[in-house]
Amino acid sequence: MGLTRKDLLDIRSLEAGEIRTILDTAASMKEIASREIKKVPALRGKTVVNMFMEPSTRTRTSFEIAGKWLSADVINVSGSSSSVVKGETLVDTARNIEAMSPNCVVIRHAASGAAHLLARTLRCSVVNAGDGMHEHPTQALLDLLTIREKRGHLEGLSVAIVGDIAHSRVARSNIAGMRKMGMSVTVAGPPTLIPPGVEELGVKVARRLEDALRDVDVIMMLRLQQERMTANYIPSLREYSRLYGLSLEKLRGARDDVMIMHPGPVNRGIEISPEVADGPYSVILEQVANGVAVRMAILYLLLGAKGAEA
Amino acid sequence: MDLFIRNGRVVDPANGLDAAGDVLIQAGRVARVGPRLEVPAGIETIDAEGRVIAPGFIDIHVHLREPGQEYKETIASGTRAAAAGGFTAVACMANTQPVNDTRAVTDYILAEARARGLVRVYPIGAVTRGLAGRELAELGELAEAGCVAYSDDGKPIMNSALLRRALEYAQAFGRPIISHAEDAALSEGGVMHEGFVSTDLGLRGIPAAAEEIMVARDIALADLTGTPVHIAHVSTAAAVRLLRDAKARGVAVTGEVTPHHLLLTDEALRAYDSNAKMAPPLRSKRDVEACREALSDGTLDAIATDHAPHALTDKEVELDHAANGIVGLETAVALCLTHLVRERVLDLSTLVARLTAGPARVLGLPGGSLAPGAPGDVTVVDLAHQHVIEPARFRSKARNTPFGGRACVGAPWLTVVGGRVVMRAGVVAGESGA
Repeated sequence: MGLTRKDLLDIRSLEAGEIRTILDTAASMKEIASREIKKVPALRGKTVVNMFMEPSTRTRTSFEIAGKWLSADVINVSGSSSSVVKGETLVDTARNIEAMSPNCVVIRHAASGAAHLLARTLRCSVVNAGDGMHEHPTQALLDLLTIREKRGHLEGLSVAIVGDIAHSRVARSNIAGMRKMGMSVTVAGPPTLIPPGVEELGVKVARRLEDALRDVDVIMMLRLQQERMTANYIPSLREYSRLYGLSLEKLRGARDDVMIMHPGPVNRGIEISPEVADGPYSVILEQVANGVAVRMAILYLLLGAKGAEA
Repeated sequence: MDLFIRNGRVVDPANGLDAAGDVLIQAGRVARVGPRLEVPAGIETIDAEGRVIAPGFIDIHVHLREPGQEYKETIASGTRAAAAGGFTAVACMANTQPVNDTRAVTDYILAEARARGLVRVYPIGAVTRGLAGRELAELGELAEAGCVAYSDDGKPIMNSALLRRALEYAQAFGRPIISHAEDAALSEGGVMHEGFVSTDLGLRGIPAAAEEIMVARDIALADLTGTPVHIAHVSTAAAVRLLRDAKARGVAVTGEVTPHHLLLTDEALRAYDSNAKMAPPLRSKRDVEACREALSDGTLDAIATDHAPHALTDKEVELDHAANGIVGLETAVALCLTHLVRERVLDLSTLVARLTAGPARVLGLPGGSLAPGAPGDVTVVDLAHQHVIEPARFRSKARNTPFGGRACVGAPWLTVVGGRVVMRAGVVAGESGA
């Protein structure tokens, strides 16, 4: 069983059944990580190009390991998102790479819609590894996998997503995925960082962090980019941390079995206190481990399963 | 040049005319209009039976890109596009390279237009040197050289004191100032209208308030100085409301709207199509409806295309990096006939008024009327012509339009400038007939 699509660009175009297929496949991939020899031949002879036009350690490494464990040849290309600087457009770069006949291009880019632009241009598969403020679909899938592992199911669960919703591709992908899987979502953060019309995505907006945390199954804290302060979205990191940071004290109002997630990298002491990040509720490192499994599943379903059928 | 166009439906809103008749042009000017005119023998005659004869259409907002960006458009290619699209005159914005902020540049544009232009070209001079928004350009010299108005279009003039001085100073030359009304601090970094769609797409938004604030300021300064201010490409319901109120109070302010702001909303950005990226951005359905209503009731005086040719390399990039704007000269008339007149948003006479008398009045241009003695500029449209917009066939050098593939009913059929036919049945002067 594969995905009958060329690309994985966003969560919102996936059906709930496709998300289930990806999560089930990812769950079965996890066993490979525990083997002595972490390699299966599923994508032998396939080439995956990681085009990371924005700095990333975790996601790039995760895609690279995923491809290598499946025996694909993985090539990393890094560059700048500013086409003006390069003198070569994104489409040009991609066409040049395509001329070398890869099976898949994984793209991380600072501009929303960059993955869509590539997918329109290229015949090979395109996987979105994060485009601007739009989507980060593999992050949402690994988050869903982590939640499903802990809770055994997704439907009916409630989630609070806290922080800079406006600029977050993680929030957009998770909101889309969670709503499709029957979960309820509340967002909270400074009103300057809650984007207009967000309710139309099917979420509730909480005025105060404490209101968002009460009775939810999952708390997802987002990374705060430090440049938000210079643009006057918030007056200071100190005040942000005081009002919207997740401390042990704020956590007292939450349920005893709440799960705490963070897409990383964590600004310790700003959006989340160290005791909470490293505490018993935190599943942050499990998220990272599941990232590899989810990316193996995506590459396998887009590149491998179809080839096997043919 | 003499020309006799007979047997059509003459629609000339400036003279309250909508009746069957003929138009006679002699020595490049309108000589007579009426039913069954007697004409001298030997004069070239065109039968317009079943078609609409109107004063030549005037587009007061185009970018011809010359001098400096000839890879996007030239005065020759841009005026060919105008002729093909039924326009007999265009006013071109100052954001060329170098900027049209000195007599030499204006002279160059007019010389090039005389040598290679197919339609009338009216240059618009810069308000500030280099469009930098810091010091006034020599507005007097620009007027002497032939500029019909002043504008820093593309860049809002954020300094209100500077704009005030420009308005006062411009009075001496009887030229209006055209305002690109957008608060630059509010619009900074934005690539589309701010609202649910921008949230959904993860694109930075430009709130409607960015336009509303500047239109309110511009009206206040027009009121203070008495110099006419023309608001370019109005896109929001709030701006329309302010204009309506200001006009009712007698403030010297006018407004234009583009076909794309009348036909498209921010939903057009859904596929990250850079051909839907404009400044001001495509707005909400409510804004579109307000602009349509304002065009109908005369709050908006003119339809202007904001013809903004760009090369593929300017557009086939990430939306954040893509250039703003679309070409409009070759699609405007067909789109307006199809979606405004056939869909009963405007009656034909009102559409013609907003393409002729309206824009002529805004910039104080000759034309826009078939009164005897007026320039012999005529546009004939075929209301029944069915066609599909094919960007590959544009006379413009550029292809950047979101309207490619759209089926239209109605098109310009004949374009006449000073009695000379520059387009007939889709064939532009100098091209071999099909």
